[in-house]
Amino acid sequence: MKSNRPSWKPDGLLIYAAMYLTFIYLPVLFLPLFSFNSSTYITFPLKDFTLKWYDKMINSPDMHQALFNSIKVGMVVAILSTIFGLLAAKAVTRYRLKGRGPLVSFIMIPLVIPEIILAISLLILISQAEIPLSLWTVGFSHLLLCIPFSMLILISRMEGFDKSLEEAAMDLGENAWMTFWRVTFPIVLPGIVASLLLTFTISFDEFVLAFFLSSTDPTLPIYIWSSLRFPTKIPAILALGASIFVVSFFVVSFAEWLRRRGVKLEPTSGI
Amino acid sequence: MTSNSHVSTLPGSFIFRLRRLYIKSESLRGYSLLSPTLLAMLVGLAMPLIVLLTLSFWIQEYLDFIRTFSLKNYLDFFQKPIYTKILFKSIRMSGMVTIVTVLLAYPMAYYIAFRVKHNKLIWLILITVPFWTSYLLRVFAWKIMLGYNGVINSGLKTLGILSEPLEFLLYNPAAVVITLAHAWAAFAILPIYVSLEKIDRSLLEASRDLGENTFMTFMRVTLPLSLPGVIAASLLVFIPTVGDYVTPSLVGGPRGIMIGNIIQSMFGKAQNWPLGAAISVMSMLTVTLMVCLFLWGTHNFRKRVA
Repeated sequence: MKSNRPSWKPDGLLIYAAMYLTFIYLPVLFLPLFSFNSSTYITFPLKDFTLKWYDKMINSPDMHQALFNSIKVGMVVAILSTIFGLLAAKAVTRYRLKGRGPLVSFIMIPLVIPEIILAISLLILISQAEIPLSLWTVGFSHLLLCIPFSMLILISRMEGFDKSLEEAAMDLGENAWMTFWRVTFPIVLPGIVASLLLTFTISFDEFVLAFFLSSTDPTLPIYIWSSLRFPTKIPAILALGASIFVVSFFVVSFAEWLRRRGVKLEPTSGI
Repeated sequence: MTSNSHVSTLPGSFIFRLRRLYIKSESLRGYSLLSPTLLAMLVGLAMPLIVLLTLSFWIQEYLDFIRTFSLKNYLDFFQKPIYTKILFKSIRMSGMVTIVTVLLAYPMAYYIAFRVKHNKLIWLILITVPFWTSYLLRVFAWKIMLGYNGVINSGLKTLGILSEPLEFLLYNPAAVVITLAHAWAAFAILPIYVSLEKIDRSLLEASRDLGENTFMTFMRVTLPLSLPGVIAASLLVFIPTVGDYVTPSLVGGPRGIMIGNIIQSMFGKAQNWPLGAAISVMSMLTVTLMVCLFLWGTHNFRKRVA
């Protein structure tokens, strides 16, 4: 009897979606849970509630140094990769270039080769050139990884807006530089913010390249990796993971708020 | 932004002519905008790959390289069965990871694209939230889940369901596959979602008006049209996971090691860079071959369906 059907019916897909969210959330939620557990061992039953691991985290100069290194590298990489990506995206979307397809594919290669291969090839080149490993070498490798992402984001943003706006500015007497500042830049700004955030995140979280290309000055993932071998250090690492999570939550919310305030973004076609 | 600000304006000077050429030639301006990126990629990508290839033909002797052309590393690679065996095992495991990840992600992406009417963005953010913690910690979370005294074992013991911990959960290839399928979930959902979202809804209505049922509409309209997203998702998951060595070394145990672990040890403890380079070259070739086969296969599939 169709007419009597209740308005709510069990929806298979909705149940699936709920199960899927459980699958991706559950393991990750155990990290903050155990960061408040007073036992060093990560096992049930839980003991008492404690904040001592957060205290330990705050009082760990090694961790701070690593965090500081990661932020430093991430910021430089984000800014450079966004500048490079912006120039390249403008070149690709605004000029007719011969060999555009192959050139773009070449720039995108870091997206499609396993990171370990990129890492060891750079390691070989750098050691053959007798350049000492440092945060600079890590940053350079992150730049290679991040440029394709910046470029993809900014290309989709540039393609989204009307070229005639730029031409109009030129016709009205602005030079190329002022046209860029007063027309192109404001329109592309959401893409620039997205690119800065994404590339910073990629660099901040990147482990494989940093593992091969850093020296004694570790980035945060390297510090985490070396701490995972010591059971006594793990709870403080969990506290750190939970803190990073909370901070990125605020950053993403802020970025979203910024985006909604700013230019209304049409649906873009990409990552 | 461009490099023409410090230009001499004396007519007839070389720089002046250069500048006129620069302004007149559209492609020259385009290339100059592209040049920083191209330069970075030449130095950081093309050169290292050439050096990698060169090194793979050298030989390690104690701490030095013998810089004469030799095929010894490649002979080693093919003669010692361990390398090819682990390479193929890695390909199989990453293939499994790809299939599991894409199959799990598709209904989720479908749900967001077709069933969620408002706040799609909230759902997409909800999907990516678990990936805001460090990759290492996401992988480590599975060690916590599956370990001998881990969440599952100790949880079930506390609840009185188990008397002895299950030992088979951690340190095997299945643990690696589950962990990777979890770690790369977002990379599969987003491209599939984008391709589903692009599908013109009137095509679905047309198919139903012409008498196809929901299932056949999905098979003959939705699925073929979302294939680009599925292909992108597969490649985004398959290629990076083949070379992963973090996950195998944290949750794989001796039976779960992958080719990334071998390469890493050649550049670490084993100290045989040329052999490591040769293994990397062979892995890269194999992955490329697999990707080409995959693209060829999906291309044929699309032609058959269309």
